[in-house]
Amino acid sequence: YVRPQGGAQDFKKWGNSELFTLTYGALVTQLCKDYENDEEVNKQLDKMGYNIGVRLIEDFLARSSVGRCHDFRETADVIAKVAFKMYLGITPSVTNWSPAGDEFSLILESNPLVDFVELPDNHSTLIYSNLLCGVLRGALEMVQMAVDVRFAQDTLRGDNVTEIRMKFIKRIEENLPAGDE
Amino acid sequence: MAIFSVYVINKAGGLIYQYDNYVPRTEVEKTFSFPLDIVLKIHDDKVVVSFGQRDGIRVGHAVLSINGVDVNGKNTAEGKEILEYLKDASNYPVSIRFGRARLSSNEKLMLASMFHSLFAIGSQLSPEAGSSGIEMLETDMFKLHCFQTLTGIKFIVLADPRQSGIDALLRKIYEIYSDFALKNPFYSLEMPIRCELFDQNLKSALEIAEKAGTFGPGS
Repeated sequence: YVRPQGGAQDFKKWGNSELFTLTYGALVTQLCKDYENDEEVNKQLDKMGYNIGVRLIEDFLARSSVGRCHDFRETADVIAKVAFKMYLGITPSVTNWSPAGDEFSLILESNPLVDFVELPDNHSTLIYSNLLCGVLRGALEMVQMAVDVRFAQDTLRGDNVTEIRMKFIKRIEENLPAGDE
Repeated sequence: MAIFSVYVINKAGGLIYQYDNYVPRTEVEKTFSFPLDIVLKIHDDKVVVSFGQRDGIRVGHAVLSINGVDVNGKNTAEGKEILEYLKDASNYPVSIRFGRARLSSNEKLMLASMFHSLFAIGSQLSPEAGSSGIEMLETDMFKLHCFQTLTGIKFIVLADPRQSGIDALLRKIYEIYSDFALKNPFYSLEMPIRCELFDQNLKSALEIAEKAGTFGPGS
């Protein structure tokens, strides 16, 4: 039994991280009861994550002094080293860059959302932490980046590590804040 | 009061929050007898002084209230036309309050979207790409400070030209927005902000800024 790492000061401010794990668990199990279909639950988690992401980005920008990223590598670094640290107290590693530099992986050694969680056999296609994908997608959309985010590997489903794959799709040109052309 | 107003403009240029922190200094209330020696005219749906400046009542001042009751545009509170009312000798003596007309909410909406467009023009005029956009507009009476976030929201503060620390205040307002507006699940993005906690925290931030205090970590 390994106590989940507290990590960043900001994450410790949340107090009891078990309450966070329990809350997220309650959320997922309720969704499973309501929708009775793993695919649908995955979609709902992504939607909820998106709504969190579009709000969380402002908190992130207000509190960190991070400026605009000029390429996807910068974005990857900021996400892994600043954002994940600030909100989940973990620092995933950035690896597996595609040759074009438009796709990379975040390898999570630990994931506060899944502490103490085991997936039963009848939920083998459930992407338990899919909320995170929505959060990343929503947050980046607010800074004019369209990305595709998905879980490539998941320790809950028997893989060795948890791997989130992020792919840059395009810059969102509509409604650019003035000065960003 | 050295910080006059706060405006928050959403990504589309719509005004989603406005707060005025000042009391107009020049309001004059006087009792008049018939005939009125001040020439009034209608301008922009308000009754304003066109000629006859005296005793602190200046050209351009609007009629704010008659006999203590606030007027409604160019009509009295009861719906009578002010100019007609003041031509009738039987209504005198009358007490009229003059002062600088405050902006109506519609006017503020228009001004905000105009500023949004000016801001965009400002960025395009820039010789180099990636300009921050208009950061300050200076006049003799006030300085307008503007901060646009990476997500396109603008926070605008109008303050006394001598007031310092507005940059820190703008960042603080951004934090207050990300806390009390965005973390309120019942607040929809881009819509007018009607959150009491946002109001309260903004007011205390303005007080702190006026006293030239600093915002401690996590305050």
